[in-house]
Amino acid sequence: MNLAMLLDMAADTFGERTAVSCGTQSLTYSALREAARATAAQLDPAKFSHAALLDTNGLAAPIVLFASAYAGVPYVPLNFRLTGGEIEQLLLRIAPAWLASPAALSERLTLPQGIQRADRERLLTPPLAPAALEPPSDPAAIAVQLFTSGTSGTPKAAVLRHANLMSYILGTVEFAAAEVQEAALVAVPPYHIAGISAVLSSTYSGRRLVMLPSFDPEEWLRLVAEERITHAFVVPTMLVRIIEYLGSQATAMKFPTLRAIAYGGGRMPLAVIERALEVFAGVDFTNAYGLTETSATVCLLSPQDHRRAAAGTEPGIRRRLASVGKPLPTVELEVRDAAGRVLGPEQPGLLFVRGGQVAGEYRGVGSLLDPSGWFATQDLGWIDAEGYVFLEGRADDVIVRGAENISPGEIEEALLAHPAVADAVAVAIPSEQWGEAVGAAVVLHAAGTVTAEALQQWVRERLRSSRVPERVVFRSELPYNEMGKVLRRVVRRELETLG
Amino acid sequence: MRVLKPGLRLKSAVCATEVMVIRAPPGEAQLECGGTEMLGATEAVPAGAKLDPAHAQGSLIGKRYVDAAEALELLCTKGGEGSMSLDGAALGIKQAKALPSSD
Repeated sequence: MNLAMLLDMAADTFGERTAVSCGTQSLTYSALREAARATAAQLDPAKFSHAALLDTNGLAAPIVLFASAYAGVPYVPLNFRLTGGEIEQLLLRIAPAWLASPAALSERLTLPQGIQRADRERLLTPPLAPAALEPPSDPAAIAVQLFTSGTSGTPKAAVLRHANLMSYILGTVEFAAAEVQEAALVAVPPYHIAGISAVLSSTYSGRRLVMLPSFDPEEWLRLVAEERITHAFVVPTMLVRIIEYLGSQATAMKFPTLRAIAYGGGRMPLAVIERALEVFAGVDFTNAYGLTETSATVCLLSPQDHRRAAAGTEPGIRRRLASVGKPLPTVELEVRDAAGRVLGPEQPGLLFVRGGQVAGEYRGVGSLLDPSGWFATQDLGWIDAEGYVFLEGRADDVIVRGAENISPGEIEEALLAHPAVADAVAVAIPSEQWGEAVGAAVVLHAAGTVTAEALQQWVRERLRSSRVPERVVFRSELPYNEMGKVLRRVVRRELETLG
Repeated sequence: MRVLKPGLRLKSAVCATEVMVIRAPPGEAQLECGGTEMLGATEAVPAGAKLDPAHAQGSLIGKRYVDAAEALELLCTKGGEGSMSLDGAALGIKQAKALPSSD
């Protein structure tokens, strides 16, 4: 079992179709296979323990991903936004390794010993590829190693095996099901799990990939129109920026080819998805919840669920717009309390998942799956009576006030519902009386004015009194990482020093 | 007869069909395509083997094939003229539930 099988099947069946394009360059499935095989011929597993990529979205990402699979060498896409020193540290951890990158991204680096660089442009004009290449078949071999964003210290190396990623693709994608005109716009970078799954899903379904090297709302909208995009995946901040860019002309914009937008990778504010459903009327929205450690998506909120919830008047239906939907048919999910007892509907606790795609493993740490195969996501949430899953944030982010566990999510939703508030984050602040109390950092709209006292009163009217932030500070913006995850520890430190 | 296990790749002895095992029942089983036992990827085709017209409904690339109990599940990675059976019972195509695209 090997990821290369997906490309072999695609190239054998619809080899003349365009697999991927970026700017003026493109590759058919046959040409992609040829380039991947030619690159694989340089990747001697006896010489290189990893095949790394340091690049923005482009043709090199699918070439190196599949070349690694053909060669049987783990693929390691690196975050090009890190500092030179940080990238060198990661390269040290994967040496001896082969590294593909454009000169513009690697010239600032002092490559550690054992790193052999190949210029990206040479991947596109490869030497003659071997006529056929039988990829190694061990399903337990490592396919991909992704360094986590490291918001809590040294990046961890999450390991995904061929069997994990194949389980996800075979369980969710129908082979050759894409119509010839379908095209997917990829705006997430190659080092993100959604960037990996986009390549694999599109290859297996036969959907043309259009690579956006660096996200920008204007460029995203231009590509949707010019490349006649039918499908797109975005993280919540991208959708926020697209809607902001469209501004008042939004309702006049038409997207005749766009059929589906999937989103994930962070919490989607209710106001944003509600607005998106209006702006992109007629487009199917899918909320995809997953983690790097689970080979991407484990839960889906379907387009039909979005429409029912948006049109619903009954609160139980309406609130599902904030849900991540139901587990995939191939994934089991349960909520447990701190003692490990499985909880019933509506009871909040820790989310556990199980299934063939769930890897739950880090290099140097080993498997974190329990003996029955369950993985603790470290996400908090609950399931409603019909099986819809609701997230309440990361376990690490919980505010423990006295004996009460408070999720920042509900406080943030309440703050965001205020007309003057553009963005908000709630974190724990030290409290002599309670151990921890609630602090909030708030960004106001350009024309918005509101006092801290008025916001406290606003929350008090909506939530229990323990949820009312003791300290509210105003900021011009909140700290985010490049994938749109708010950096809570930065906010926490800032609020602590004010105390 | 052979033990089937997930990840194992097999080819037909009498047509172009190739499959990969996704799920398998325990123990040995007789997996045939076109009326002749399927072979490991590198095994030699026995002399004189030919497609049995009674097992020639064809296999389709990308389809999943299962037995009645769904204890065995195969992914067809290359289509061919032969049709497959497990211990004498024909395999059928598994109908996949269509999911919205999440990437």
